[in-house]
Amino acid sequence: MNYRMILSLLGYVLLLIGGFMLLPCIVALIYGEQELYSLLAAIGVCALIGLPLILLKPKTRRTMHARDGFVMVSLSWIVISLVGALPFWFSRAIPSYLDALFETISGFTTTGASILTDVEAMPHCLLFWRSFTHWLGGMGVLVFMLAVVPMSGESIYLLRAESPGPSVSKMVPKMRTSAMILYAIYIAMTLLQILAYQLGNWFGWGEISLFDSLCLSFGSAGTGGFSVRADGLASYSSYVQSVTTVAMIMFGVNFSIYFFLICRKFRLIWKNSELKCYLGIILAAVALITLNLMLTGGYFRTVGEAVHHVSFSVGSVITTTGFGTVDFSLWPEFSKVILVALMVIGACAGSTGGGIKVSRLLILFKYARAEIRHMLHPHAVEVMTVDGKRVSADVIRGTSAFLIVYLFIALFSIALVAMDNFGAETTVTSVLATLNNIGPGVSIEIGPMGSYARFSALSKVVLSLDMLFGRLEIFPMLLLFRPSTWRKH
Amino acid sequence: MKIVIIGAGKIGVTLADQLVREGHEITVIDRSDDALDAVNTLDVMTVEGNGITLETQKEAGVDRSDLAIAVMSTDEENLLACLIAKKLGVGNTIARVRNPEYSAGIRLVQDDLGLSMALNPELASAMEIARILRSPSAIKIDTFSKGRVELHKVRLPEASPLAGMTLQALGRLQTGVLICVVERGEHEVFIPSGNFMLQADDRISFVAKPKTAAKFFRKIGIQTDPVKRVMLLGGGRISYYLAKLMLDFGASVKIIETNPETCAHLSEVLPDATVIHGDATNERLLAEEGIAKMDAVASLTGIDEENVLMSLYARSITNAKIVTKINRTTFSHIIKQMDLGSVFHPRYIAADHIVRYVRAMQNSLGSNVETLYKLVGNRVEALEFRATAKSAVCGTPLMELTLQPNLLIGAINRGGKILTPGGKDTIEPGDTVIVVTTVTGLNDLDDILDKRRVRA
Repeated sequence: MNYRMILSLLGYVLLLIGGFMLLPCIVALIYGEQELYSLLAAIGVCALIGLPLILLKPKTRRTMHARDGFVMVSLSWIVISLVGALPFWFSRAIPSYLDALFETISGFTTTGASILTDVEAMPHCLLFWRSFTHWLGGMGVLVFMLAVVPMSGESIYLLRAESPGPSVSKMVPKMRTSAMILYAIYIAMTLLQILAYQLGNWFGWGEISLFDSLCLSFGSAGTGGFSVRADGLASYSSYVQSVTTVAMIMFGVNFSIYFFLICRKFRLIWKNSELKCYLGIILAAVALITLNLMLTGGYFRTVGEAVHHVSFSVGSVITTTGFGTVDFSLWPEFSKVILVALMVIGACAGSTGGGIKVSRLLILFKYARAEIRHMLHPHAVEVMTVDGKRVSADVIRGTSAFLIVYLFIALFSIALVAMDNFGAETTVTSVLATLNNIGPGVSIEIGPMGSYARFSALSKVVLSLDMLFGRLEIFPMLLLFRPSTWRKH
Repeated sequence: MKIVIIGAGKIGVTLADQLVREGHEITVIDRSDDALDAVNTLDVMTVEGNGITLETQKEAGVDRSDLAIAVMSTDEENLLACLIAKKLGVGNTIARVRNPEYSAGIRLVQDDLGLSMALNPELASAMEIARILRSPSAIKIDTFSKGRVELHKVRLPEASPLAGMTLQALGRLQTGVLICVVERGEHEVFIPSGNFMLQADDRISFVAKPKTAAKFFRKIGIQTDPVKRVMLLGGGRISYYLAKLMLDFGASVKIIETNPETCAHLSEVLPDATVIHGDATNERLLAEEGIAKMDAVASLTGIDEENVLMSLYARSITNAKIVTKINRTTFSHIIKQMDLGSVFHPRYIAADHIVRYVRAMQNSLGSNVETLYKLVGNRVEALEFRATAKSAVCGTPLMELTLQPNLLIGAINRGGKILTPGGKDTIEPGDTVIVVTTVTGLNDLDDILDKRRVRA
């Protein structure tokens, strides 16, 4: 382990976060809020710890190994959560530090699970910071750092550990340029969404304040799901809701698709089976839930209204955003089961969404099919392909291992949360909603209109860890718990 | 520059590593996932697939690249890949072509193939070894300005008159050479200044004209007779080329090879050489064939361990010049500790050739490096720049320039005349200037100035 190098990089991460906290300071100045001082105090803490760490330059230029990369990424996520929670705690807006930490981890991991019971009582600057953590966490803090700080070639391990999906494909040879392109696309799409909200204001399709449109855009760009109103998105106009639906689904798509779009490589987009699969699942889920709701009756008056809210909810759940226009925890069981399935599936690899990822599922599905065929023809030689490319045995092994570990962690967490003695629905979906970075579960307690406030301290810790496990795709975090990771060699 | 490397073998990986360091955007294509894993630790993009197919080349963006380098295992594949790349619109192509029978034919079709350079790693290695054997006291020789200037590396013998002498004192002797790098012990590397004192057993590198170098060698007590009797252990491709070069040079060549068919082939194509069928690790055979009376012994089998053992054995019984080929690039510090004479890594030689070509290509794109050598395990660079009228260094006496630390101007070539620079000399437009430095990544002659300490 290269402790000095890791510590000095952590110093940079701290300064970066401190720098980003200047943005909510501006909000505080505009609204003239007292919480400005809590924010400044948090920035001071970042600088006070960050600056000395930077000076801990490695004595000799040493190369970064795979495990340094993993440890580095996991530690920085923990560190940014620890300092990101400070403004909430300093300002007494969230009196308990554990709750503030839960809220911040939920923000950075783009989960959107909240312990707040009265969102509207929060000052603007803290609401802004809460939503902005979504935006930062969506694409990743370290990816941002790769884009701005020149680092040696081995920092590919950082990108690998932080970006979601079974394998990382760079868009251009240089990692730094790749990171820049990713953030450029991300920023452009976020701006587009803000603009789309404003169009509603200008043409009278639906009112939304600039502050709200910023926060909602951050929430959907990072597929996070913190809203600024107590009822989520229910009280916004249907135009705002529709813009959000489209935006969420677009942020759940692999970002290389947009890069191909810019490069006019349309054939590659057309060939992409993950994209087709993702859109297919969305359409099928919307159709099935709408049918179920209309047949059961009593939920929506017209099919159009049903499709509007169902597609919002489906988009919100599969991309693991977790916004709500209606309380889907009141829907019939069949619809809720489909939503739970969508939670686990998650968005596309290389997007800002969470969950197992459509591409992993695709690989696992093809693998299972190949295994069954192998039973019928034991001597058949089969090569698994996705998008006409062979899937290497390493990727299959990694993907299967991911699923197994994922299941173990889910079961273990469910057992721990069950000690709070809530109903099965709440217990199970609280774990699924945090491990997959969605936010709301499908029970009334923790549904789109509910909150996590009533969980015990132990459960909050478990669920916080689940969120980090989910965002970093388990293995980087898991390495922190292995003693041999820390041993010198 | 955007460069696509087709083939992630030994040379492909070494090349990717060096080119990334120089800041190029590299994409590597290979059919094997495992081979790509080896380059994936570098900051490059990898594409899995057959590099000869159109789809794979398009996916790797060959059509938008400046250079395609084909280093797959067979010559035919490499040529075909280059042909396709050229048609796709890549600026330049380099192919590894190692079959000597193709060389004449390739010259004929080089333009049609759009081939900028056909690289033969074994021939390149053989030429470098041959250069050393002609001047056996040097450990390594690199050339600048089309051979007019040479960079020699030698080990100072125990009783050398230079030991204990400062460079200032040496300068007063008017030897016409300039010592630019001194390696001492295992790790120390110096770019020496005037009051630097030499010690016995230092490995010094100096810049000189070929004739001056010979005189200098005599002066410092090193024998420099060109070798007359060479023994090559192992009969691979490098041996074939080397034997041919040494025969042309008038030396007698003896090759020892275990494979009878290879022996037959060698004796057919090299009628003037003595080809011996036998195991070169057999001590008695070596003695019988007169290894003790050789002027030079080169261990060139395909197995590093054998080469090391044979060279150590040869060293123990003769004073001959020893040359050792090492394929692996690991354990370099162990190799350095052993007395193996001149050690060659064929893949570095091949990669260096291409890197030099890439530098020259970049020349037309804004950099003006003419030649580049990496010395002392890549820690020191010797570069040749061309000065243009725009260069800020022109016209000022060297003693008045604020140069970067650890940087030395080795020679100035003015229209074919080589100057060993002194403080009052100036650099003029049109000169080529040889610079030796531990500062890597220089792209322009003006980079030799220390920007932080420029006087007002």
